[in-house]
Amino acid sequence: MTQEKTPLITDEMRAHVGKESEPYTLEVDKTSIRMFARAVGHTDPIFYDEAAAKAAGYRSLVAPPGYLGTPVFNPSAAARRGRDLGPQPSRPLTRILNGGTDIEYFDDICAGDILTATSHVASYEEREGSLGQMLITTTKTVYKNQHGNVVAIMTGTGIRY
Amino acid sequence: MAAKWNDITEGMAIPELKKNCSTQQLVLWAAASGDFYQIHYDKDFAKGTGLSDIIVHGALKHAFLGQLLHDWLGGNGKIKRFGCSYRGMDFPNQDITCKGVVTRKYEENGQKLVDLEIWTENPGGKKTTPGSATVVIHS
Repeated sequence: MTQEKTPLITDEMRAHVGKESEPYTLEVDKTSIRMFARAVGHTDPIFYDEAAAKAAGYRSLVAPPGYLGTPVFNPSAAARRGRDLGPQPSRPLTRILNGGTDIEYFDDICAGDILTATSHVASYEEREGSLGQMLITTTKTVYKNQHGNVVAIMTGTGIRY
Repeated sequence: MAAKWNDITEGMAIPELKKNCSTQQLVLWAAASGDFYQIHYDKDFAKGTGLSDIIVHGALKHAFLGQLLHDWLGGNGKIKRFGCSYRGMDFPNQDITCKGVVTRKYEENGQKLVDLEIWTENPGGKKTTPGSATVVIHS
């Protein structure tokens, strides 16, 4: 006899789809750009040397592909955000895997930029895979710069099981 | 050598980028990206979750694919979009080969565009991080 599994996705979760988060701030500075570029192993000087970046037509050091600023850390704000995970599935899922990342760019991001991001859940999906019953959450984050222009949209896929 | 519009053909492979992460590189990435999940640097913790060893961050492989495109463009273009799925795990001290193939070359709204299939391969030749990208070529 097969037993029907309880769906992971609740009505509360369905109602949460599309709801924008509070905006949060990310800083793009020279030190973080160099650190990100170094961690990846980039060799192009536009990520390290401001004169080289300017000679290539940029305002300052260029954000390497995948780098969308560093969230401004504040212990009290981090504690608040920790509580804002959105509605939880019908049973607790403790394991998390990153399922995928997609970034679309609309403008340059350079050192000195201050980005403001808002995120929303684009979809919840339930799948039966090698790991058993999995919850796939697709999140879209829109990044605007200090001039109010959208510079990037990131689509992230999270897998919980 | 920068990518040149006239030299790009559909089906052509772009130069490979070979990576091999030390555990030190993973720690460097954890700090740079703000992803401090212990499965990427604490072997006991990783084993406790059922993994055989610490694993390479998915987002680092995404960034590797970004470098693959950036180095190919060589200043003669920009990445418009790039994305990938994390289908298989990669481990430190193992080769991660980043590859790309041009799937489409076209002009749209006055822009010279190229679509690519991009991916990382593990030492067994398995595509652990399949993805796609669109880049703008300047000239």
